Amino acid sequence: MDTLVARYSRPAYHENEVLSEQEQQDFTDTVPSLKFAMPPVAHPSAWLRAATDDRSNPSCPIKIAHGTTTLAFRFQHGIIVATDSRATAGTWIASQTVKKVIEINSDLLGTMAGGAADCQYWLAWLGMQCRLHELRHKRRISVAAASKILANLVYQYKGMGLSMGTMCAGVTKEEGPALYYIDSDGTRLAGDLFCVGSGQTFAYGVLDAQYRFDLSTEEALELGSRSILAATHRDAYSGGSINLYHVKESGWEKHGFTDTNPVFWKTKLEKGEFSNVTSSLDD
Amino acid sequence: MSSPFSINGGACVAMVGKDCVAIACDLRLGLQALTVSNNFPKVFQYGDNVFLGLTGLATDVSTVSDLFRYKVNMYRLREERHIAPRTFANLVSSSLYERRFGPYFVSPVVAGLEPKTGQPFICGFDSIGCIDFSKDFIVSGTATEQLFGMCESLWEPDLGPEALFETISQALLNAVDRDALSGWGAHVYIIEKDKITKRLLKGRQD
Repeated sequence: MDTLVARYSRPAYHENEVLSEQEQQDFTDTVPSLKFAMPPVAHPSAWLRAATDDRSNPSCPIKIAHGTTTLAFRFQHGIIVATDSRATAGTWIASQTVKKVIEINSDLLGTMAGGAADCQYWLAWLGMQCRLHELRHKRRISVAAASKILANLVYQYKGMGLSMGTMCAGVTKEEGPALYYIDSDGTRLAGDLFCVGSGQTFAYGVLDAQYRFDLSTEEALELGSRSILAATHRDAYSGGSINLYHVKESGWEKHGFTDTNPVFWKTKLEKGEFSNVTSSLDD
Repeated sequence: MSSPFSINGGACVAMVGKDCVAIACDLRLGLQALTVSNNFPKVFQYGDNVFLGLTGLATDVSTVSDLFRYKVNMYRLREERHIAPRTFANLVSSSLYERRFGPYFVSPVVAGLEPKTGQPFICGFDSIGCIDFSKDFIVSGTATEQLFGMCESLWEPDLGPEALFETISQALLNAVDRDALSGWGAHVYIIEKDKITKRLLKGRQD
C-alpha cells in the first residue's frame, strides 16, 4: 500500500507551496534560456529557408546535411534501434561515418534524421535536461517525459526552420520498453514501430513484412540490420554503415557499426537476395 | 536537383595510356533519390575501337546512343569502312549542334584508337556539341568534381593497359562513392590495338 501511495503522491520535499511552484518551474525551465543570434533581416525564418532549403532552391548558398534511414521497434525483449551512417549535402556525400544514434544516457537513446546539427544539438541538450531531472527528483526520467521535453522545445521553434525527425527509445521500470517519435512539426507519437528519413519507405517494406512482437533477440537484431540494408541499397541518400542497438531494462547495448558493403555482398551471394544486382558480365 | 542532367545520375570517365585508352561508366539509373536499376551501362561501342560514353538524362542517353548506332551504320555502308574516332567525334559534335535550341541533355565522351597510327584519342563534349580535346582524361556526369579530383591525382603519362585499368577503376569507384546519384557497379573497357577487354566492377551497392 505504501508503495502505491508513494507512486501516486508527490515526494515529501514537494509538500510546501514554494517547492510546488518550483516543480512548475521545471517545465518552464525547459524553455531554452539560450539566446540564438538571429539574422538581421525582416523575416528571419523566411530568409533562412531561402538560403538553406536545397529542395525548393537547388542553388541555395548553404547546404544542410540531410538524408537518412533510421528505425526502431519494440519487441518482447526490449527495443531495437538501427540507423545508416551517411550525411549528404545536396548530392555530395559529406560523410559515411555519422553516428545517428545519440546516447542520451545509459538507458535512453535518440535517433537522428533531418538536419544533422539540429538533431545533434537538441538531443545533447535533451541529455542535459534528463540529467537535471534526475538531480532534481532523485530518479530517472521516464521516456514519456523526456520525449515531451523535446516535443515542447521543437514546438516553441515551430516555423523557424528546425528540421528533425527523431525517435526516443528507452526501458524504464514504470513504462517497460517505450518508444516515441518526435518531429520538428511538434508531432509526438508513442508506438511499436517507426522508420524515419528519406529511406523510411524501403525500411518499412522489409520491417512490416517480417515484424512480430515475439521475435527473439537474434531475429530482431537481424531484422533491424536487414531493413537498413534494404534502404541503403535503394535510397541514394542512405548508406555507409549499419549502426545497431538493443535497449533492455538494464540499459542499452551496442551491436556494432558495420560497413554495409560486405554485409550486402554476403546477403546477395550467400542468401540469394538482391537478385536485381548484377555480379557477372554474363547476367 | 531537378536539372535534367542530374535526375537519373551517372558518371563516365575516359583515360589515355601508352598505345591504349580506357573508358568506364557506372551502372546506376535512378529517379532522384530512388535507385530504379543497377544495370544501366552508359558506354556504347561503335565499330572496332570507337567508344561513346553518355551521361545525363537517361531517355536521351538511350535516344542518342541509338541515333549514333544508326548514323555510324549508314556511314559504314556508304564509305565501306569503319568510322575513325576523330571522324566520329565530329559527327557527334555536328549532330548535337543540330539541336542547338532544344538540346539532348547528355554529356558525351568519345574514346578510341586512330585506325592508321594506333594513336590514343579521347574527347568530351557539352550538350550542344563543343568538343573538348584532351591528352590525359575526360570526365562527365554527376560525379565530375570527384572524378576530376581522382584523375588529377592518380593519372600519369604512358600507363600500360593493366596499370591504366587499375587507375581508371580506382578513379571511378572512389569518385562515385562520394556521389549519391552514381555508382552501384561499373563497366570498364580497355582498348588496345587488337584487343578490347571489358570488365565488370563490383562497386558499393549503397
